[in-house]
Amino acid sequence: MKRRDYDAVIVGGGHNGLVNAAYLARAGLDVLVLERRPVLGGAAVTEEVYPGFQYCVCSYVVSLLRPEIIQDLELARHGLEILPLESTFTPLPNGDYLVRWADHDQTRRELYRHSPRDAEAYDEFGKLMLQLAMAVKPILGMAPPDPGSMRPGNLAKMARLGRHFRDLGSEKLAALVKLMTMSSADYLDEWFETEGLKATMAASGIIGTFLGPRSPGTAYVLLHHYMGEIDGAFRAWGFARGGTGAVSEAIASAARSLGAEIRTEASVERILNEGGRAVGVALESGEEIRARLVVSGLDPKRTFLGLLEPDELPSEFVDSIRHFRIRGSSGKVNLALAELPDFTALPGVGPHLRGAMSISPSVEYLERAYDDAKYGEFSRRPYMDIILPSMIDPSMAPPGKHVMSIFVQYAPYALNGGWDDERREAFGDTVIDTLCQYAPNVRDAIIHRQVVTPADMEETFGLTEGNIFHGELSLHQLFFLRPAPAWANYRTPLANLYQCGSGTHPGGGVCGAPGRLAAQQILKEHRP
Amino acid sequence: MSKRYDAVLVGAGHNGLVCAAYLARTGLSVLVVERREVVGGAAATEELFPGFRFDSCAHRLGHLDPRVVSDLGLGGHGLKVRRPDLAVLAALPGGDHLAIWRDPQKTAEEIRRHSPDDAARWSRFGAAMAPAVRFRGHVAVATPPELPPAASRDLLAFMELGLRLRRTGRREMTEIMRVLPMSADELLDEWFESEPLQGLLAALGVSGLFLGPRAAGTAYLLLGGLSPDAEVLRPTELVTGGMGRFTEALAGAALANGARIRTGVEIERIRTAEGRVTGVVLSNGEEIDAARVVSNADPKRTFLGLVDPTELDPDFVRKVKNIRTRGAFAKVHLALAELPRFDGATGRPELLEGLIRICPSLDYLEHAYDDAKYGGVSRSPYLEAVIPSLTDPTLAPPGQHAMSVYVQYAPYELKEGSWDADRREALGDRVVGTLSEYAPGLDGAILDRHVSTPADLEDVYGLTGGCASHGEMALDQLFFMRPVPECAQYRTPIRDLYLCGAGTHPGGGVSGTAGYNAAREVLRAGKRAK
Amino acid sequence: MLRGTPFHPRTAALCQAHNWRRWAGCIVAGSYELLHDREYFAIRTAAALIDVSPLYKYHVTGPDAELFLNRLIPRDVARCAVHQVLYTPWCDQAGKIIDDGTLSRLDTDAFRLTAAEPNLRWLQDVAAGLDVTIGDITEALAALALQGPASREILKRISDVPLDDLGFFRLTHARVAGIPATISRTGYTGDLGYELWVEAAQAVALWDGLVEAGAAYGLIPAGILALDVARIEAGLPLLDVDYIPANKALIEERKSSPFELDLGWTVKLDKGPFVGRQALAAENERGPEWQFQGLEIEWDSIERLYAEAGLPPGLPATAWRTSVPVYSGGEQVGYATSGCWSPILKQYIALAHLRSAWAAPGTRLEMEVTVEHRRKRAEARVVKKPFYDPPRKRAVETAP
Repeated sequence: MKRRDYDAVIVGGGHNGLVNAAYLARAGLDVLVLERRPVLGGAAVTEEVYPGFQYCVCSYVVSLLRPEIIQDLELARHGLEILPLESTFTPLPNGDYLVRWADHDQTRRELYRHSPRDAEAYDEFGKLMLQLAMAVKPILGMAPPDPGSMRPGNLAKMARLGRHFRDLGSEKLAALVKLMTMSSADYLDEWFETEGLKATMAASGIIGTFLGPRSPGTAYVLLHHYMGEIDGAFRAWGFARGGTGAVSEAIASAARSLGAEIRTEASVERILNEGGRAVGVALESGEEIRARLVVSGLDPKRTFLGLLEPDELPSEFVDSIRHFRIRGSSGKVNLALAELPDFTALPGVGPHLRGAMSISPSVEYLERAYDDAKYGEFSRRPYMDIILPSMIDPSMAPPGKHVMSIFVQYAPYALNGGWDDERREAFGDTVIDTLCQYAPNVRDAIIHRQVVTPADMEETFGLTEGNIFHGELSLHQLFFLRPAPAWANYRTPLANLYQCGSGTHPGGGVCGAPGRLAAQQILKEHRP
Repeated sequence: MSKRYDAVLVGAGHNGLVCAAYLARTGLSVLVVERREVVGGAAATEELFPGFRFDSCAHRLGHLDPRVVSDLGLGGHGLKVRRPDLAVLAALPGGDHLAIWRDPQKTAEEIRRHSPDDAARWSRFGAAMAPAVRFRGHVAVATPPELPPAASRDLLAFMELGLRLRRTGRREMTEIMRVLPMSADELLDEWFESEPLQGLLAALGVSGLFLGPRAAGTAYLLLGGLSPDAEVLRPTELVTGGMGRFTEALAGAALANGARIRTGVEIERIRTAEGRVTGVVLSNGEEIDAARVVSNADPKRTFLGLVDPTELDPDFVRKVKNIRTRGAFAKVHLALAELPRFDGATGRPELLEGLIRICPSLDYLEHAYDDAKYGGVSRSPYLEAVIPSLTDPTLAPPGQHAMSVYVQYAPYELKEGSWDADRREALGDRVVGTLSEYAPGLDGAILDRHVSTPADLEDVYGLTGGCASHGEMALDQLFFMRPVPECAQYRTPIRDLYLCGAGTHPGGGVSGTAGYNAAREVLRAGKRAK
Repeated sequence: MLRGTPFHPRTAALCQAHNWRRWAGCIVAGSYELLHDREYFAIRTAAALIDVSPLYKYHVTGPDAELFLNRLIPRDVARCAVHQVLYTPWCDQAGKIIDDGTLSRLDTDAFRLTAAEPNLRWLQDVAAGLDVTIGDITEALAALALQGPASREILKRISDVPLDDLGFFRLTHARVAGIPATISRTGYTGDLGYELWVEAAQAVALWDGLVEAGAAYGLIPAGILALDVARIEAGLPLLDVDYIPANKALIEERKSSPFELDLGWTVKLDKGPFVGRQALAAENERGPEWQFQGLEIEWDSIERLYAEAGLPPGLPATAWRTSVPVYSGGEQVGYATSGCWSPILKQYIALAHLRSAWAAPGTRLEMEVTVEHRRKRAEARVVKKPFYDPPRKRAVETAP
């Protein structure tokens, strides 16, 4: 039986692949999504690893999912419900704590308790971040131009970009340059004096990177906190009801309803290349699927070094992809708990358990955690970003029980001696030991523990080196350099092969922007 | 009553002298006021022990601006620069070494012992980096444009840079943009596998910086140590008679052009009225009227120490306070009874004619930084030594030697305690101890030792925070951000007050370019005023 | 949780309306009774107690204190005598207002500054290089306003110092109900009144003493709804309502200079350097683009607009704090930011930002009103502020 040809086959059913598929299907293309695993969503999945307890195995919060995607794809109709994650609680080693609440006055009051100067600076800082977030937003929403290209369309884009920056004015432009090039520690030192505040803010600048808070280039991620748009408000983090997997399911449902076909347990082995054009894919099963174009949602290394032979691509490009830095630095510990954690700094059940809990007492603490990783060890005292999904969405755990999601950094992929079961459990023990310094009851409340190392992430989710962003978000791997110079516009040296994963601009996080921008680029060139 | 000068320069550092000489050359009446008894600032040669003359702070030139040499006729004023055949010798543990020669063939052979692949890449690396190195050179001599370009002149300057970048070629252009914000680690990892070579080159990227080689932006600094020509690494440039001869030549040129230089007097305050400069007040109470003042002092010292605080906007003061000037280095000077015997270099003095670097790997450097970032001196510091007496016998008694050692990291701010005599000597011991691992028996050859801690460097040379570059050469403190956007064109918010020191673009290193650029801007403003 | 003020134990017990409002991150009574009218009339006809503790307060001392404050504010501190109080805004270097408050000269080298928002960081930054100490005494100091025609008589009964000759914007130290306090003849109502400054721990005792002494004079506590009406009548601007602080404004257009807020009289350009002087001098030269004026909305016009809808004239029951467009002909020439029905003047009044060409008193404009879901324009007239300015506000009692 001869199979029909598709207009587009999308490799990988991660959230970006699904977004891409939905947009292409919406434009009338005949689309097929191929996912290696039995579940969709890639790193954005919810799985019942232990009976009755739903784990957000890998990614765990939504902040950056573009509102236009939610509307275009009618994700609310497809079951997406995003609940606010309102506070960030940082227990401190001296027995005190620091919380940033959803309410402005309450946060200011709390900061005032630690430092009147910081309480005042916080508002001005917020204002600047908001202004800069607005300045950066159009850049995140555009396919990067190629500064080397002289094509008129590209030159026009460069000119537009130039005008955009000029219109910012000198103050904001200088602030943006500082933010883009400084370390989050240095940047925050210019504003604040409270260690716990600086560290907790700096921590958001190192998530998913193989850098410490004192490494230049980490400051700009501070903007991300002011860029999430939930209910129209900048600077809001959210949790999807049903876990992050629910986001993927809603997108998949939208894609299906727009006519896309989705196959799971269909692992792509290579991209079919005929005369320098992608014409389909071959599955591990031996099956060949032909399509007018192929879109890869996998990371650049997997796409170009795994699904193609080096001689199918220009050697210069292959070098660039080989040089693309993608070191994984984080792990995940998911717990099923018999009771809520009881923090010694703020005992009892309180609103702080409905938000994020951050183990980031000082900048030095984070930097030392990084030092361990630099030399190939996991942090002896790691940075942890914790949420209790069951506090926000009780259906995540049986009544009265809870699930805890712990994002842990640093856990280097290239661990000295390599990851094995013993090292995985040792890593898990370190996380629990650290947490129990602040909430001692957790140890005895654990019903089940899942530890996910970068090696596990690579194996399970196909994230090369366990990097959650498909490539580090360092300065020379951003915008028109992501993933490689001259190939940042979602196209590739192989005709009709496109990329739509987090390894392309604007990068990682459950935002869907690469999937959408890639679809726009594809549709420019391939009207149905 | 004293006369009114067209320009008074605060400080006779090399940039101040360059600027003074250029201003005087156009007929302006110029007075240079130097706090110390000697001119030269951090580029000075001092007889620390009888018969032994040392370059007390900077010990080599850093890309000396050739225009300065020819325009000011420095040769005629006694400047002689030597460029030894050997640029850098990396001393390695276990008695091995890695020598970088000016001859790339010779260097490749040397590298081959450590990695044949790296040897093959040496010249290719140089060629690949050359466009970026050249572009960096062009940028260095330009006045940074105001961003966003306000005046048409700024727009032109900006477009000129853009065009220059574009003309390097499509691939080269994106490569330059990719490399500039990289870390030395990332850049070197793409090219080389040999640890000694990585370490030797990575040191270029952190010199004087309170950051490690994994910090973004260190690739930019590393490029500053490269040559766009076949030799790959910029040759080591030593001044015959010591660095002081260079600044003496500059002073000679300035005097010959009619400038006046007063030493041993401190400027206490830059006098202002209604937002503009009217002169300076000396510590002895003397007041000198001036049409303009050009400060060679670092921006923090200038704005926070010399200017009436009510003349400056609070936001501007905030920005100046935020300039990072975290000192990272110290200096140790050794008077030696004999040439040190570096393992593997004994009997081959030509191996010691350039720089001797102890930085055997990138991780060595990173570990050294780790100690410093928590407020301690590196347990195994990165060292750069010179023995100029080897090729310039005037610097030490016959058969004996003067060796200067640059030490990184020695943080200005210690986590515990402050720099006192005990800590100074402990630092000296640590440096000698580290050196002895590579040059056994060094201890026995030491006749005398002089240690300058970061605090000493601040006291003696007026370097705020002990930062030789008057502001760290980090990405956010370069070009149109240097020292703060308001002053990137060498002008300041106070009318007729200019900056000309290393705190301005292009920054640290004994090159004279900042002084040259500042003089150009002062003269341009003067023309406009007419 | 949010902060209560030092008077909270008393105000909480009295607040029958359970109408709590936020002020500078504190919880304060909006009104104590279900309707705030009686509280308002107490301010104008008897006396009212208003908890103004949420104000941020700073203690400034040191040899350079005067120099520092002269650098901070546009008014001339050198001309502020000991025991004198100045009302003043302060600006950023672009001459746009950051905050406003009162500056009390407690001694030659000691001052107290009030602010609506936290300002410690800004004050410390402006003080760079000067020999001055700035203490944040916001929580240490309670502040209680006693306002209204009977306030002097009430205060005289329990103070140990003569008050008859305490002039407008002057202060004195005293024991009030036995409690050490600073009494300043200041307030936010435009009426005769005082503000009392005491240690937070003494707040409740002071309250009790005043309530007891004032019972016979009709003294009652008033919430900030009543205060809002009074301050609009007095033409006094409110931060975040009538102007956005320059350090928080997201866009330039939201910022105001003192000239644009009708506070040009506070700007002493020839006193020496201060933050924003250059920009303000330039603005003074070319004239401000905007002015902040009073509007009287014509009764006939309101009545007619409502009558067209078959309704009796509708008037705002409380002061409003939204931005309302103001027109001249078809063109929008400004916007009103606060407005209310003045119960004492029997007049609908508003405070408005107007382009200078339309800001002269007497200019006839139109203000938007919504009548039965439809936007209408009511006739209005530009008038000089304050709307209400009784002679007793400034008057000094001469000894009989």
